[in-house]
Amino acid sequence: MSQRAPAFPKTSARRPSAVWKVLTSTDHKSIGLTYMGVAAVFLVLGGLEALVMRLQLAVPGNRLLAGETYDRFLTMHGTTMIFFVLLPLLLGFTNYLLPLQIGARDMAFPRMNAFSLWLLVGGGLLLYLSPLTGAPSQGWFSYAPLSETPFTPQRGVDLWSAALIVGGYGTTLTAVNVLVTGARLRMRGMLYKRLPMFAWMSWINGFIILFALPCLTAVLLMLEVDRLLGAGLFTRGDPVLWQHYFWLFGHPEIYLLILPAWGLISEIIPVFSRKPIFGYEFVAWSTVAIAFLSFAVYAHHMFAVGLGWPVELAFGTTSMLIAIPTGIKVFNWLATMWKGSVRYTLPMLYAAAFIVQFTFGGVSGVTFAVVPIDWQLTDTYYVVAHFHYVLFGGSLFAVLAGLHYLYPKFTGRFLDERLGRWGFWLNVIGFNGVFLVQHLLGLMGMPRRVYTYPDLPGWGALNLFSTVSGFVLGVGLLLLLVNLIRSRTHGRLAGRDPWNGWTLEWLTDSPPQEGNFSQLPPLHSRRPLWDLKHPDDMDHVRPRRHDKNGHIREEERGHQ
Amino acid sequence: MSTYPVFSPASSLAQPITDLTRLTFWLGLGVFLIVALVLGYFMWRYRHRGADGEPGQVFGNTTDEVSWIVAAVLLVAFLLFMTVRVAAASSPATDTRTPDIYVVAHQWYWEFRTPDGAASSGELHIPAGQRVLLDLTSTDVIHDFSAPQLARKIDVIPGQHNRLWIEAAQPGTFSGVCNEFCGPEHAWMRFVVIAEPLAEYRAHQAVQAAAAALPSASNASAVRGAQVFGRVQCGACHQVRGQPSAFPHSGAVGPDLTHFASRRILAGGVLTNTPEHLRQWLRNTQDIKPGARMPTLPLSESEISDLSSYLEALK
Ligand code: HEM
Ligand SMILES: [Cu+2]
Repeated sequence: MSQRAPAFPKTSARRPSAVWKVLTSTDHKSIGLTYMGVAAVFLVLGGLEALVMRLQLAVPGNRLLAGETYDRFLTMHGTTMIFFVLLPLLLGFTNYLLPLQIGARDMAFPRMNAFSLWLLVGGGLLLYLSPLTGAPSQGWFSYAPLSETPFTPQRGVDLWSAALIVGGYGTTLTAVNVLVTGARLRMRGMLYKRLPMFAWMSWINGFIILFALPCLTAVLLMLEVDRLLGAGLFTRGDPVLWQHYFWLFGHPEIYLLILPAWGLISEIIPVFSRKPIFGYEFVAWSTVAIAFLSFAVYAHHMFAVGLGWPVELAFGTTSMLIAIPTGIKVFNWLATMWKGSVRYTLPMLYAAAFIVQFTFGGVSGVTFAVVPIDWQLTDTYYVVAHFHYVLFGGSLFAVLAGLHYLYPKFTGRFLDERLGRWGFWLNVIGFNGVFLVQHLLGLMGMPRRVYTYPDLPGWGALNLFSTVSGFVLGVGLLLLLVNLIRSRTHGRLAGRDPWNGWTLEWLTDSPPQEGNFSQLPPLHSRRPLWDLKHPDDMDHVRPRRHDKNGHIREEERGHQ
Repeated sequence: MSTYPVFSPASSLAQPITDLTRLTFWLGLGVFLIVALVLGYFMWRYRHRGADGEPGQVFGNTTDEVSWIVAAVLLVAFLLFMTVRVAAASSPATDTRTPDIYVVAHQWYWEFRTPDGAASSGELHIPAGQRVLLDLTSTDVIHDFSAPQLARKIDVIPGQHNRLWIEAAQPGTFSGVCNEFCGPEHAWMRFVVIAEPLAEYRAHQAVQAAAAALPSASNASAVRGAQVFGRVQCGACHQVRGQPSAFPHSGAVGPDLTHFASRRILAGGVLTNTPEHLRQWLRNTQDIKPGARMPTLPLSESEISDLSSYLEALK
């Protein structure tokens, strides 16, 4: 027997603590989960801010948060939710799932990946340090010249910019990582045209991030040149210039917050309808169309500026065009369920709620692309209702669907079903209660971003309803949080492939071992696990013919 | 004033937008209902009923795809066509002639000036039944002029002069509001538009353009009030045209008060203009409108009551 002494004597080596592991890990799974954990903390903060704002708005003339105090909450809430909740949640899913779905061991640049994560966390910390120097109150969109020193002097605005610059670098680096991973680390046989839908959409998303975020970084630096060095780019120069840069970033930003969410939905609906995604090529290419168009619609945030009709018409047209590829997706999701065998699991319920709410938000979005309607409704509560329907009812609900879907993979255990259903219904009722009535408030003429409002007929009642629903929603999200924590130890064991899935992540352990896979199957189609499970009916053996008849397989075999 | 201003247009400029909004809403509702009902139906019809095995594996169908893409394209093309038509009708080109009214936005009140020197705040008078050309600019940050029953909205930008047609078909009172976030008191930056028959409008404008009447000697409180006004230097920010030069006014920080008593709202609509509200405003400015660019002034009760008599006499 060989008697080699271990290089490091075991007795003295302390096992690294769990916290230390999380802090130092470069594993994409650990990083992905950390992103989600960080997002959860910020979700609690941003959610509490929202509830306090809703309390202030519960009755007309309320004095809980008068004037600028309300604006500070408004700014922190918006910035938190966009940059430190939705973004990290989606980056978390991308990190966790992309390598697994393409059969890779990790992201292309694991250390840079960890660096990106901690840059984002650093950004979040900077944002929440800003109250020490006077929390920013200029709004998350930070329009110049209101954001300039004469109007918003507190240093919190500078910390706010720093937070977004630092976090933004992290996100940009993540995009590089995602792009290289998707381009270089696909397993043998994983052609682009065979990428699972989530992998495809989050890869395309890398391009959006890569081109959009630098616009934000640039314009924030310009703001700081104004604020710290007194250059006056937006005061002596052009105040509208800010908006061009900001929305050239800001609109793609909205899409980069939805693409991975669509990806999740495009995984969940097929699995729980027991059919492949309908029209893969259409769903895939419409994503590319959206990525391009998302950079060509930004000025629809500026129809009231007075840009001139030719410009407004151009941007109105592109904004309407982008509704087409979006609609293609919705119809393909529906068609996926057609003649399927729908399982009413929690992920599927969330996905169904997503479709309804996202479509509602999409339709109200089209009303803004009709330029004259925008001239009436922009900057009213109608806008608040619209974008919460796409970002909360859309993105966040998709994330919740994804969370219920992948929790067994993350932890090896199911989320509790009863608690989950309660949470689901409270979330659906609460969400729609808060935001549906805000469409009416907007039509009544209530401006957005106001700390109070006159006691006009109906305004008080609808606002009160919205506030009460906000607390219902709060309880729903709280139940989810309890479920997430409790089920880690108490949940039913799930095993490798609890949903009878088709993509590679379901091939490996739950949670996956280090390096993800011990062995990968040969890959001939988009659904490697279907092929493994149905050796007599593999996808690639099937003639490449689209046919609506559900029993085509039987017939085709008969003809051979 | 109506509950849904967007749906109660009172002008030939706002009417086409309302029609288009209705149309778009119905179309949108139709699309939404199709999606929601199809979803509901499929969820119910194709729910798992306990059978083993997998359903037929359908990968797609190009005819289906093409058909809904074509439907979407047609819908969009139609909306685009309507957009172009309505835009021309509701936001006609503005010409370069002298505007009828200059709108100047301030944090947080609206100032309306006419070429003949009249100035008012919070209250815009227009002649009914004709199109009025506005020139809009801001002294500080970006605001937005929105009177949804009368016209589209438009941003009011420092260093720029946007122009806008507005119109009220019939005499009436309409509410307006700032619609771009402009800082802490954005909530209280409202105004009213009062459309009057042409003769009344002209009479009103003549009064507004004239200088203020000095308080009559019989109104002792008002006379004292005028002295307080000078002593505490209200004139540093507010103008009262025609007052003795003992109260020089140096700028236009605050609203012009020349015909203060004739107006309906105070400080961007936070209060209606009554003597009692005026006294409250003078007593507790920063409580009533926290952040307003007017400080709470150290005034005694008797000074407040004298100031109030003075200002209430400025018809
Ligand atoms: C005792 C002296 C003063 C009196 C009697 C007075 C009276 C008023 C009144 C009646 C209003 C409401 C006007 C309207 O709604 O059209 C007002 C608003 C205003 N005042 Fe004064 N004022 C005085 C001093 C000042 C001073 C010294 C300043 C500047 C530092 C100032 C700045 C303003 C501003 C900016 C507003 C608009 C507030 C808003 O709506 O946000 N005032 N004042
Ligand atoms: Cu304003």
